Amino acid sequence: MSATSTAEAPAFAAKTKGGRITDFVDQRVGGSGILREFGRKVFPDHWSFMFGEVALYSFVILLLSGTFLTFFFDPSMAETHYTGSYTPLKNVEMSVAFSSSLDISFDVRGGLFMRQVHHWAALLFVASLGVHMLRVFFTGAFRKPREMNWVVGGVLLILAMAEGFTGYSLPDDLLSGNGLRIIDGVIKSIPVIGTYISFFLFGGEFPGTMIIGRLYTLHILLVPALILLMIVLHLFMVVVHKHTQYPGPGRNDGNVVGYPLGPVYAAKAGGFFFIVFGVIALMAGFFTINPIWNYGPYDPSPVSAGTQPDWYIGFVDGALRLMPGVIGNFHFEYVIFGHVLTLNVLLPALVPAGIIFTVLFTYPWIERWVTKDDREHHVLDRPRNAPTRTAIGVAGFTWYCVMWAAAGSDLIATHFHVALNDVTYWLRALFFLGPIIAFVVTKRVALALQRKDREIALHGRETGRIVRLPHGEFIEVHAPLSEYKRYKLVGFESPVPLPAVPNEHGVVTRKENRRAKLSQWFFEDRVAPASPAELEAGHGHHEAVEAGEAQKTLSH
Amino acid sequence: MGNHSDGSPNHSGTVATAGQNEVEKFQDPGIPPHRLRLADTDPKAAKRAERQVAILFGTSVVGTVIFLVAYFAIDLGDDSTIATIRLQNALLGVGTAFAMLGIGTGIVHWAKALMPDHEVSEERHAIREEDDRQAAVRIVDDIVEETGIKRRPLIRNTLLGAVALAPLPALAVFGDLGPRPDDKLSHTMWAPQEGKLKRLTRDPDGTPIKASDVTIGSAFHVIPEGLNELHEGKLNEKAKAVVLLMRLDPASLNPSPGRENWGYNGIVAYSKICTHVGCPVALYEQQTHHLLCPCHQSTFDLTKECKVIFGPASRPLPQLPIAVDDEGYLVATSDFNEPVGPSYWERDEHERNINS
Repeated sequence: MSATSTAEAPAFAAKTKGGRITDFVDQRVGGSGILREFGRKVFPDHWSFMFGEVALYSFVILLLSGTFLTFFFDPSMAETHYTGSYTPLKNVEMSVAFSSSLDISFDVRGGLFMRQVHHWAALLFVASLGVHMLRVFFTGAFRKPREMNWVVGGVLLILAMAEGFTGYSLPDDLLSGNGLRIIDGVIKSIPVIGTYISFFLFGGEFPGTMIIGRLYTLHILLVPALILLMIVLHLFMVVVHKHTQYPGPGRNDGNVVGYPLGPVYAAKAGGFFFIVFGVIALMAGFFTINPIWNYGPYDPSPVSAGTQPDWYIGFVDGALRLMPGVIGNFHFEYVIFGHVLTLNVLLPALVPAGIIFTVLFTYPWIERWVTKDDREHHVLDRPRNAPTRTAIGVAGFTWYCVMWAAAGSDLIATHFHVALNDVTYWLRALFFLGPIIAFVVTKRVALALQRKDREIALHGRETGRIVRLPHGEFIEVHAPLSEYKRYKLVGFESPVPLPAVPNEHGVVTRKENRRAKLSQWFFEDRVAPASPAELEAGHGHHEAVEAGEAQKTLSH
Repeated sequence: MGNHSDGSPNHSGTVATAGQNEVEKFQDPGIPPHRLRLADTDPKAAKRAERQVAILFGTSVVGTVIFLVAYFAIDLGDDSTIATIRLQNALLGVGTAFAMLGIGTGIVHWAKALMPDHEVSEERHAIREEDDRQAAVRIVDDIVEETGIKRRPLIRNTLLGAVALAPLPALAVFGDLGPRPDDKLSHTMWAPQEGKLKRLTRDPDGTPIKASDVTIGSAFHVIPEGLNELHEGKLNEKAKAVVLLMRLDPASLNPSPGRENWGYNGIVAYSKICTHVGCPVALYEQQTHHLLCPCHQSTFDLTKECKVIFGPASRPLPQLPIAVDDEGYLVATSDFNEPVGPSYWERDEHERNINS
C-alpha cells in the first residue's frame, strides 16, 4: 500500500473505462485495502439484529424527508391570517409557523405525504432504538467489550427523544403548544434557577415569540448533528468489536460465524433499507398522523380532551399524571425559607426518568462488579439463561410501561367505561407493585424455560407418538436431538454466587460483602446446563422412569 | 413424563466452577453441515427465483410510475378539497411503497434464494495487542517528556487556569437569551387601569358579559377587556389572564372569610390556568361542580374555592374577585391576589408582595 511500492511495481493498466476511473480513485484513496479488509467481513445473522438497522434507516429517511420540509417551513411566530386553501381556517389568526405547516399540508404537492413520512419515521426511529436496546440488554450484548457502545446507544435514545420533542413543537398547533406549556411548567418547578431557565428558553414569558425559531435551530442543526456523531461512533465501535452472535454449534467467543458482507449480508441489509422505506411510505399514505388542521393554531385558552404527547414522551407525562399533589393534608408543594418547592411536578418529571437512565447507563458496570467478570463476551446469552438479568430488565420495562399507560389514563377510562380515578389509583399501585411482580414472574418463567431446555436436551423432544408397552403401560416416545440442536440447549455458562473474598490485607470489606450478597441474589437460583454424564445416565434406563436425584445435584 | 431431573435450584453458595469443568460439558460439534436449497439443486427452481426477483423489480418500476402520475396528474389548485389531498397522499404512499418494497424485497429474495448461503467462520482478533499498548505508552511518555510540562509547572498551571476561564465568555454570551423574570409572572391584565375596572369578556370574540346573561349552571370562557386589541404579547397576556366564569346556587359556595364579596350572586371566576403545569382547566362538570384539567386530570372543587380533590395539582385555582358595574356588566375588582399558573421558585415571595 505504500506509495513507493506502487511507483516501482509494474504499472497496472486498466482495460475498460470504468476500470480506469476505479484505478484512478484507488491510487488516491487506497480503496483496495479497505475492500480487502471489509469486503468479506463476516456478519452473524439473526432477525433480532434488524432493530438497529431499522433505527439507522429511519434516521436516513428522517434526514431526507426533513430536508424537504425545511424548504417550505417558516419557523416564525409572527402573527398572520391564514389565506391558504384549507377553508375552515380561512382568515383565522395564527403564527406564520402554523400557516406554513398548513401550506405544506394543503398547497405543496406531496407536502402532506412528506410530513407524514417524517412523523411516522420519527415514531419508528425512537421505537426501533428502544427495541434494539431491549434486545441488547436481554441478550447481554452490553458486556465487555461493548459497555461504551451501550452508553453511546443510551445517549442516542435521549437525543432521539429530544429531537422528537423539538420537532413535535414546530408546527405551533394547539396540541404542541400545550406540550410546550407543560414543559414550561416543569421547568418552572426547578428550584432556584427554574424561572430563569424558562425566561431564557422562551425569550421572556410563555409562549413569547422566540421558542419555535430556537427549537427549529436545535431540531435541524444541533441535535441531528449530535445524533449523526453518535451514530458514527456507534458504528465505528461495531466494526472494532465485530458483531455479537447468538450461541449455537460452532460459535464461541473467539470466532464470528455468519455470512460475508459481500454479497449476501450487504444485499440483505441494503435491501432492508428499501423495505423500511416502503413500510413507512405505506403508513404515511394511509394513516393520518398529527392532523394539525383539526387542532388549530396554538391558543392558551382551549384544549381538547384526550391530549397525548408522541409515544416516547408518554412515560414522563404519565408519571406527571400519577403523582398525587395532595395526600390527606400533606401538600407536595410547600414553602421552604420563603421559596416554593414544587415536588408534585419536580419528582415525577425528573426522578423516574433519572432512575431509568442512571440504571441504564451504569448497568454494565454493576453486573461486571457483581460477577467480577472481566472476560470479553461475543456470544450472546439467551435471555432465559440469565434469569436475574432478564427479570431486572422486565421489571424496568414494566415500570416504564405503567407510566406510559398512565399517559393514556383518560383514554383507558373512556374506552373501557371505567372511572378515571380508579384507573389512576390502580396505576399508582402498579407503579410500585408492577416491577416486583414482573421480576418474580419473569425469573420463574426463565428458570422454568431452562428446566424445559434441560429436559429436552436429556430426553429429546416429544414426538406426540403414544406407544403401548407389552405390559400395558403407555409412554410417549421421545426423539433424541441431533448434537447440533442439543448443543444450543446446553452450551451456556451458568455462574454460581461468588462468595466474598478478602482483600490483600486479609479483610473482607463491607463493599465486598455487599457484592457477595448481590452475587448471591443474582445466581443462587440457577439451573445448570445438562452434562454428558447426565445424558449417559438417562440413556441407561430410557423408559422415562428415572431415579431422579442422582444427577441433578450440581455441587460435586 | 416421568420423574425427570428438574435441575431445581440447588445448594446455594456452591463454588464458582461447579458444573463448569470442561469434561462435564458437551463438546461443541462445530457449524452444522450446510443444507442445499431447492434453487441450489434444481435449475428450474433457480430460474423461477430469478423470475420472481425480476418481477419484484418490475413492481418497483410500476410504483415509481404511480408516484409520478399521482404527483403530476392530480392538481391541488386553489380550491383543492380534503378528498383530493387525501387521494393524492394515498397514491403517493402507494407509489413510494411499491417502488421501495419492490427493490427491497427483490434484493432480499435474490440474496436468500440465489446467493451462496454458506455460513463461514472468521477468527476474532484482540481489540488491543499488548505490544501496541507498550508502544503507545512509550509514545505518550516521549510526547510528555518533549513538551516538558512536568518539569515546568508554571506553564502547566497558567495553562490550566487560562483554559478553565476561557469558556466563561461562551456562557456569558447567552445572557441575552431572555429578560430577567422580575415580577412579570405575578401580574395579569386584570389589574384596573387608571382606576377603571376591566370587564369580563367572552373568549374569543371579546364581547362583555352581563351578570344577567349568566344563568345558574352555565359556564363562560373569559378573557379581559382589551386583550384582543393588543398588538404585542397578546398570547403572553392571554396565557395568564384566561378565566372560567360559572354560576352556582349561592348556597353551595362556601367562601372563606375575606372572600365573601369576590363573587356576585353565585357567579364566581377562577383562573383557567392549571396550578400544576399550566394547561387550561377547560372541563366543567356542571352536576358535581368540579373543574377538570384534561392534561393531567387535576380536579378542583368549585364549592370549596377550587380546592384540589384529585390529581397532581397541589394548589387551588386562584379566584378573580368580580363585581357588577353600573351598566350591569361583570368586572374584575382587582387583579388576582396571587400569581396564576404553575408554581415557581419565587412564587411565594410574589404572593406576599401582592398582598402587602
